[in-house]
Amino acid sequence: MKNNVLKNIVRFVALMFVQIYLFNHINFLGYINPYPYVLFLLVFPFTANRSLYIFIAFLTGLTMDMFGNSGGVHAAACLFLAYLRPLTLRFAFGVSYEYNAIKLSKVSLYGRFVYISILVFTHHLVLFLLEVFNISNILYTLNKTLVTSIFTIILCIVFNILFSRRIE
Amino acid sequence: MQQIINFLIRNKNFLLFAFLLMLSLVFTIQSHSYHRSKFVNSANWFTGGIYGSVSSVQDYFNLKTYNQQLLEENARLRTIVSATKTGDESIEPLTAANSPIPADSTVQYAYNPAKVINNNYAKTDNFITLKGGASSDIKKDQGVITSQGIVGIIDNTSSSYSTVLSILNSNFTTQVKLKGSEHFGTLQWDGKSPNVVQVIDMQQQAPVTKGDTIETSGKSAIFPKGIPVGVVQDYTLDSSKNFYTLSVKLMNDMTSLGHVYVIENKARVEIEQLENENYEE
Repeated sequence: MKNNVLKNIVRFVALMFVQIYLFNHINFLGYINPYPYVLFLLVFPFTANRSLYIFIAFLTGLTMDMFGNSGGVHAAACLFLAYLRPLTLRFAFGVSYEYNAIKLSKVSLYGRFVYISILVFTHHLVLFLLEVFNISNILYTLNKTLVTSIFTIILCIVFNILFSRRIE
Repeated sequence: MQQIINFLIRNKNFLLFAFLLMLSLVFTIQSHSYHRSKFVNSANWFTGGIYGSVSSVQDYFNLKTYNQQLLEENARLRTIVSATKTGDESIEPLTAANSPIPADSTVQYAYNPAKVINNNYAKTDNFITLKGGASSDIKKDQGVITSQGIVGIIDNTSSSYSTVLSILNSNFTTQVKLKGSEHFGTLQWDGKSPNVVQVIDMQQQAPVTKGDTIETSGKSAIFPKGIPVGVVQDYTLDSSKNFYTLSVKLMNDMTSLGHVYVIENKARVEIEQLENENYEE
């Protein structure tokens, strides 16, 4: 239990650090910054208390907002991600998933891909809708969501594969 | 009563979600209105300190560029100074028009150097974090420039850090004019390219051509007159056919900022008092 808490704290600090210092400054094609910090919320233990999880998601988003001066856009996006996670888990891993100790590293790559993609896309959609905050730029928003999502999904899957193997 | 409590317990996750969502939406809406993001910003000791410590390492990699920029600025200033001394006619003497720092600045404007420790330009609302805050005389609503052109306006300050509302922010507006005439317009950003800003409401009579220089008009108490902004890239008449909309290529490279100057207008309080009296009448 203690080990698990420590592991999550380390993961949080590490992901925040690379996010703020590396991925916030990529600016690929001038406007694409992937957000792989959501991986922290994606691999957060499935068995954790749901209220606690939602609250932690809020704090994670708020930390990003403080560093990025963006108000509450990341907080809102992370909340959506946290709230929709149980639903997505059931969708991606089938009915057999019922809060049993399923580990992300143990399921098929396809299941992992579906799970990560749905949540990352939701997160980015909320994020950019709030960030642009202008319904007349909806095409720009959707374009940005789609392209950034693709980059974040790739990074999340790569990180996940790289680090889950070492832990086993 | 029992039922209400049961209801609360059963839906506690949704209620928590809804409550926190409301909170984050309040922060979001605050951040979209000018000068309201008081609570969540990077001008506090925690985020400022972290940005500051890492930026001191990153600085080593940029020393060459900073030196180059300083040398160029020094060379330009030296030419101007020597031209003023010797009365050399071939070089323009120090006037408000050709100097990066206007001549009357000794009286009305004071310049404080500050260092950029965090810079964003890929979002629609971008902020810059500076090392230097209230303790080094940096206050809210002061202008921020580099030797090349304007950067933004101070938004929030703590004792040793401050955030800047960048010109690459949808809330930023300031008055600008054409160099060599007094036709003015409003500068704003459409959120697309970090090198191109827009000037709207420029009178149709204005003699605009491609390649013209746009500079600050000095009509606000924030920026002195004649600070360069950019070069006209393209212009069109708006739908009312009375005003030009210009797209302006910035002189400053907003994607690579190192050291900046914060402008303190000493006459600001006086000007604002006078203007407020007019509004009250």
